[in-house]
This record gives sequence, structure tokens and C-alpha cells, in this order.
Amino acid sequence: MKFLYLVGCNLRRKKLRTILTLLSILIAFLLYGFLCAVKEALNAGVSIAGADRLVVRHKVSLIQLLPVSYKDRIALIPGVDAVEHQTWFGGIYQDPKNFFAQMPVEPEPFLDMFPEFVISAEAKERWLKTRTGAIVGRKLAERFKWKVGDRVPIQATIWTQKGGETTWEFDIVGIYDAGKKGVDTTQMFFRYDYFDEARAFGEGQVGWYGVRVKDPARAAEVARKIDEEFANSPAETKAEPEGAFVQAFAKQVGDIGTIMVYILSAVFFTILLVAGNTMAQAVRERTEELGVLKAIGFTNAQVLSFVLAESCFISGIGGLSGLGFAWLLIAAGDPTNGALPVFYFPTGNLIVGLILVVVLGLVTGIVPALQAMRLQIADALRRT
Amino acid sequence: MSENSEILVHVKDVEKVFRRGSEEIHVLAGLDLEVPIGEFLALMGPSGSGKTTLLNLIGGLDRPTRGSVVIQGERIDQLSDRRLAGWRARHVGLVFQLYNLLPVLTAERNVDLPLLLTNLSKADRRKHVETALSVVGLSHRAKHFPRQLSGGEQQRVGIARAIVTDPTLLLCDEPTGDLDRKAGDEILDLLQALNREHGKTIVMVTHDPHASARATRTVHLTKGQLSSEAIA
Repeated sequence: MKFLYLVGCNLRRKKLRTILTLLSILIAFLLYGFLCAVKEALNAGVSIAGADRLVVRHKVSLIQLLPVSYKDRIALIPGVDAVEHQTWFGGIYQDPKNFFAQMPVEPEPFLDMFPEFVISAEAKERWLKTRTGAIVGRKLAERFKWKVGDRVPIQATIWTQKGGETTWEFDIVGIYDAGKKGVDTTQMFFRYDYFDEARAFGEGQVGWYGVRVKDPARAAEVARKIDEEFANSPAETKAEPEGAFVQAFAKQVGDIGTIMVYILSAVFFTILLVAGNTMAQAVRERTEELGVLKAIGFTNAQVLSFVLAESCFISGIGGLSGLGFAWLLIAAGDPTNGALPVFYFPTGNLIVGLILVVVLGLVTGIVPALQAMRLQIADALRRT
Repeated sequence: MSENSEILVHVKDVEKVFRRGSEEIHVLAGLDLEVPIGEFLALMGPSGSGKTTLLNLIGGLDRPTRGSVVIQGERIDQLSDRRLAGWRARHVGLVFQLYNLLPVLTAERNVDLPLLLTNLSKADRRKHVETALSVVGLSHRAKHFPRQLSGGEQQRVGIARAIVTDPTLLLCDEPTGDLDRKAGDEILDLLQALNREHGKTIVMVTHDPHASARATRTVHLTKGQLSSEAIA
């Protein structure tokens, strides 16, 4: 501990250089935190996807609709435990930037399929009794200060009503909470029967089906049977595990994971050079001083430790501040107003970040530290 | 030198060769030197004669190519790097021409540096530092940084740092080389007092006959060998 003062003094020697290096490391780790949160947000459904759930969509693409009559046929396929369906509504609340997802569903099969959406029995009861009823996630309700009993107008961008009306009105009958971490509570679900009767076109069509299988080990086999059931029909299907479906959905905007790895690799490589150069320069500048320390009795190992402690200190302060700021900013919520509904700093990524802080400190310090350790006292003092 | 004096430093048949590329530079060649306890020895000689190299060998800052360096009965040229560092911390105080203080530390922190290697408590270290600074007459400048001190004051801090652990041997490399005559005299007064009043054994490298006149013995080095000696 008594040597820490010496380390601190050395870091204060060139304040501007130390501050700039700290800032560059801080920014790198801030970026790291943010990208991890973005990646998690885009893959949110993957991590909470049920192993026993399949998604059945049109074979051509997700925007092609499927007949609602498929529901009963899917339910009859051996191995299928339950079926529900959803359709992308794509409406706007007040302003296009207030983006959030809305889907018409059948309440009971939907709630049975997704127990992670938790609502009270009273709310469920109200939903079943109210044709225009909708349930909204906790975050969404807080965002727009909605409460049960409110009537919410949603402007349709796809689904106009039969009279040409584009505004749909829904009564908030319940607010659902997340049953586990990572569940999206920024969505709105309303009744399919109300939607189907009122829409101007597409009657009897749905977006996709959610299917729960009896035995997760036989999910692939059930998926194949579903696709075989509708082969050579006007609306052929593609059944796949829910996780794969969500992942494919996220990849519509690119392979975020790979992009993130590339960006972070470039950032950390640059930081490695910046911090490494700073440390090397700092050691070069005080060769004589290191020589003096050795001359008065400091061992090679102690000198090595000093330099490593300095690099780890810089990396630690910069990295931990960066992760801390990232955590604070991420905790403030989705910066995109709804495009990234599940936005948090995953614990696993935080731990990896902490490991990166230590690794960065050691890697940037090791070469100058070894140089300092190998320094010959007589040579060092001769430079004076 | 009295024949009965106990020998503190015994340099025996020492040779030091530096390599510069393929070229070998013989700095010291078969040199013998003895320094008794309590002596104030001045090492003089022209540039490149090997004075600093000899001082480095005596201080365990470098190792001879051949021969032996025995200090207080211990052959220091055969110690491992780690043990040699420990030996230096316990037995040697070093004073440099350009003071070599750490600019980021105050005078008292600079003096405290060698004590960081001991097991002394913070309070004991503080006492030692205060004593060393009072010996060199700089108690009132303890909180000042080197840049706030004159050259003479910096050198006195350097001496305080060298004596704070009460070393066996004080090695000074041109301690007045960067000072004006007045400041140089003050430093020499101080070294003389340390030798006479505190019994410190001092080996001082100098170009300056005025400085060497303060020593109890002066030896001259020429081309890596002792050429003459004079006793004050």
C-alpha cells in the first residue's frame, strides 16, 4: 500500500496525457457497454425464447399472411400441445417516433402460450369481456402514463377499417409485467376478433402462429410435420424454433453480433495502441528515475510491479468509469424511443468488460514494465 | 592509510570491460583498492578514466568482468540481483551529480523513498526523514518539490536521502559538479561533517581538486588503473 502513493504521483506527472488516455479508455468501455445492450436488445427474444415453442410463418416471408384456418389443422398434428397466432399491426400512437409493437391475438391461447407475460386474473377477465380491450406492458404504460380504463387511439399504417377509418380505439384493460428478465414490456396486445371483423381487408388471415410442442426433444420433427401438412398449398409454411425465428428477425438489420465484434475489436486495438504508447513513453521519459529507484535498492520485480500498477490503474479508472457510465446511461432506458424495448446491460457482458479492463491494463503495461525491469542501473544513470 | 584500520571496501584485481558492438572497451584493468572504515576517499582522474565505473562496482550498481568486490566481508559481485538490491538498500547511500530526485515527490517524500523498502512504521519513517532533513539543514523545506529548491538545496535533499537509512557506505558521484563554488562548499562541509562527526565512510568521485582537498585520502585513476595517491 505504501507504494501506491508513488504510482499516483507518477500518473499526475503529465496530467493532460493521463486524462486523455483515461478518456479514450472510458469512451471505449462506454461504447462496449452500449453495443452489448444494443445486441442484447436485438436478440432479446432469443434469450427468453421457449425451447418448447415453434413459430410457423409463410414460407416466402414474414409479411405474407397465413389463413386462420391453419390453427385447427396445426392443433391436430401429433406432438402439438397448443397453438396461438399473432399479426403485425404497425400502428402509430400520436407520433411516428412513438414506436412500439401492437399485435392482435386471441387472449386465452396467447396468455397460455406466453406465461412470461404476467397479468392479474381480474385483468384477464376484463380482457375477455371487452372486445376493444387491450393489455399493455408495464414500460409502455409508464412511458405514455396509461392506466387501466384509458381509451387509446392508434393510427393504422396498414390495417384500415371497413369504413375507411384509420384510427382504431382500444380500451386498456390490463397492464402486464415481465415474468422473467429480458421479457419485452413495451408491447400492446388486443383482441383478434375485434381486429378481424373491423379491418377492411385480409379477413381470416394472420401473421404467424406460435406452437407449443409436447416434447421439446421432438420440436424439429413436429416442425417438419407442420410444413408437410401445408406443402403444395397456396400458403406453404416454414416452422422453426422460436429462438431461430427471433434471431432471423433481428438479422434483418444485419448480423449485429458480428458487426459488434468487429467494431469493438477495432476500438480495443486502437486503445491498446494508445494506452501502450502512453505507458511506453512514460517509462522512457523516466529511465533515470527508474535507475535511481533500482540504485537505492528497489528490486527488478518491484520496478516491474510499479509500471504494471500504473497501466492497470489507468485502465482500471478509465475502464470502470466507462462501464459505470454505460450502466447509468443504459439504466436510463431505451435511447431510441421504443426501437429497443428490452434495453439493459447483461451481467455476463459486464463481467467480460471487467475482465477486459484487467487484460488491457496488463497488456499495455507488460512491455514497458519488462523494459523497466531489465534496465541496467549504470546504463540508466549514464543517460542523466 | 593506517595498517591497523579495518577495511570496509576491498576491490581486488578488478577488470571491467564494456562492449560496444564488436569493440571491447577496457575501463578498469587489474585494479586494487582498499577503503578503511571511516575514511573519506576522493577518486580523481580525467574523463573516461573509470572513476564512476569503479564507484558503481563498489556500490553494487554494476558487476566487474573479473576480480572481486568485497564490502564488509561480503563478496557483493556474486550476489543475485535480488540480494544485491537488498544489500544496496541496507548498506549504500548514493549521491549523484544531478541530484536525481523524483520531481513528482516533495523533499520529504524523496528522502522517504529508501525507507519504503524497510519494515519501519509510517511514524518511524517520518522520524527518520525529519532527522535526515535536519542533518542537512532543510527541515523547513520538507514540503517543497525539487523544482522549488536551488541546486544546493536539491543536493542536500539527495544527501538526506542517502543517509536516511544510516548506510555503511556513502558513495558520491561528482556531488559538487553541478553547483557553484559557494553551494559546492556547503555540500563538502556537509560531507566532511558526516565523515568526521557521524563516522560515515565516504567514497567521492570528483574532478575538482578543491573538493578532493576535503577528503582524508585521494587516489588518481588513469586509464583504468590507480596511478597515485595522496593522504590529507
